[in-house]
Amino acid sequence: MRSGLPFETTGICRIVDDPGARSVDAMNELSASSRITYRAVMVRPGVARRIRGLSDRTLAWLFITPTIVLLLAINIFPLLWTIYLSFTNYRANRANVPTIWLGADWYQSILTDPDIWAAMQVTAHFVIWTVVIETVIGFGLAFLIDKKFRGHGMWTTIILLPMMLSPAVVGNFWTFLYQPQIGLFNYVVAFFTGRDASSFQMLGDVRLSPWAIVIVDAWMWTPYVMLICLAGLRSIPDYIYEAAEVDRASKWRQFWSITLPMALPFIMLAVLFRGIENFKMFDMVNLLTGGGPGSTTEVASITLKRAAFESWRTGYSSAFAIILFVTVFGLANIYVKALNKVKSR
Amino acid sequence: MTSATTAHSVVEPSAATRRFAGSLVVLYAVITMIPLVWIMLTAFKSPDDAISYPPKVMFKPSLEGFCNLFTTRSRQTPDFIRSLGPPQGLCDSIARSRNMVVAGPSNYVPRFVNSLIIAFGSTVLAVALGTLSAYGFSRFRVPLKDDLLFFILSTRMMPPIAVAIPIYLMYRTVGLSDTRLGMILLYTSVNVSLAVWLLKGFIDEIPREYEEAAMIDGYTRFQAFVKVVLPQATTGIAATAIFCLIFAWNEYAFAVLLTSGNAQTAPPFIPIIIGEGGQDWPAVAAGTTLFLVPIVVFTVLLRKHLLRGITFGAVRK
Repeated sequence: MRSGLPFETTGICRIVDDPGARSVDAMNELSASSRITYRAVMVRPGVARRIRGLSDRTLAWLFITPTIVLLLAINIFPLLWTIYLSFTNYRANRANVPTIWLGADWYQSILTDPDIWAAMQVTAHFVIWTVVIETVIGFGLAFLIDKKFRGHGMWTTIILLPMMLSPAVVGNFWTFLYQPQIGLFNYVVAFFTGRDASSFQMLGDVRLSPWAIVIVDAWMWTPYVMLICLAGLRSIPDYIYEAAEVDRASKWRQFWSITLPMALPFIMLAVLFRGIENFKMFDMVNLLTGGGPGSTTEVASITLKRAAFESWRTGYSSAFAIILFVTVFGLANIYVKALNKVKSR
Repeated sequence: MTSATTAHSVVEPSAATRRFAGSLVVLYAVITMIPLVWIMLTAFKSPDDAISYPPKVMFKPSLEGFCNLFTTRSRQTPDFIRSLGPPQGLCDSIARSRNMVVAGPSNYVPRFVNSLIIAFGSTVLAVALGTLSAYGFSRFRVPLKDDLLFFILSTRMMPPIAVAIPIYLMYRTVGLSDTRLGMILLYTSVNVSLAVWLLKGFIDEIPREYEEAAMIDGYTRFQAFVKVVLPQATTGIAATAIFCLIFAWNEYAFAVLLTSGNAQTAPPFIPIIIGEGGQDWPAVAAGTTLFLVPIVVFTVLLRKHLLRGITFGAVRK
């Protein structure tokens, strides 16, 4: 009899696990009727808790609460504090000066400040160009890797390396490559264009420096877009292409009518992630140019850092931080909605 | 049609296509590797070779960069150097050939140790908290589950500088400024969102029947979690841990704004390695190389799970 038990019990468990299938009382009635089913009732989570161990609900809260508490303490509480500070004249380097409530003054002055709008333009330029370049090259690479040539696994891993590195360290060693006299980048460009290697400064020229940061970002993050696009291409089943072949669709037509539309949700996911990340970009740019020359590469995060940790305008920078945060959130939400529309098509 | 005689599907790319695609990808891979290889070569150059024009591909390897990375040196008169005993070790003799003596160890090792402690500490915490929460979200009916999960993810969307302003004030008040514990807690809070999302995906894939069977055998829910689910989730937990480790290892924005000495990690330190007359490029390159090697190893180990990690588990392949 014992050996037959597991089958019996799992069978009954299934029925009982079905929500609303039977009430606990009904189960108790059932348990009275036979010993085998009584064992079965014991294993039902909802009933087992009365007998032994912690209840599922207690356990669920025990498991989840520490994470929530940590996030409340180190993310949400500081966020609320930032919101409060953004309405005051508080300065972190003059903590003894009495704090005055300013209302929405900072928000008004930020939204009408031409310097802030210039920083937003620099950020937009950076985000748009990096995302476009990374998407085009990344998708192209994924398309090629999907041809499954010999050794494609190894080469994919090699290509992926840059995106795993520290953006700060990457920014720092690219400043070495960009050195006008001794840098490898200038040497290579000079070699192919016939110009003098010291005739241009990638990081010191107001026209070139915005492109200098775009190049490094593209070098670093194209593999990221490639990896997501590759997953998209691999998700397209072969039979669709087979059907297209039967219908004598050209390769060109297959690409535009099958490959691209079916990989589109993945491409958009990559664009979403890169867009958000580059909107917040700080470390790489801080080390490459520090926002210079002048403020030609001063992306929003650099402006924020200068206001918060160099001029110590804490209230002002808090307001700017909230504006940035709301912008990221808003853009992400609009984008996710668009993404879902594409997916449901 | 001839294709009827071949075993390949009609959609398989031809050998010529493959070769063409392969050569383009290899070309890209080689070009993209040049900056990395270059920095690693520079680590073994002498300062003169590092700044020569045209850039030198062939050079006499030197350990001067590594010596300069690990030591501080002071310039002395030739007479004083001659009055000293024989040089102690390789670095001392390199320094003496440049009219300098080794004055003491540099700050690189303490910064590297800080990086290790903070990265491992925050990873252990984030993965522990993340595993518990992920199990909770995966198996139990939690009220407002989707909202909580979105809340956890959204904490990662905040620009780091925006978070750093109040954290700076908060840590100053409670005495966590420039401490390893402060950095561990901060990185844990950033990583825990990734850990929850990734691990929930991994735990969702473990059939519930395993735990149910264990509970039939008399385990409590908690015992079933420890003895059945955790062993099944080992791969997922390891992959998640490596992602957390890499993030904490690479992080710069918080580190540069919130630490100055005691708890400073390697990323803010490497760029400020200065030699005489400007940046000491071989030393910077040596520091960079040592810092990047663990990441290269981890990337190779992680390659199967990379996609999952970078998309918060949204794409599973």
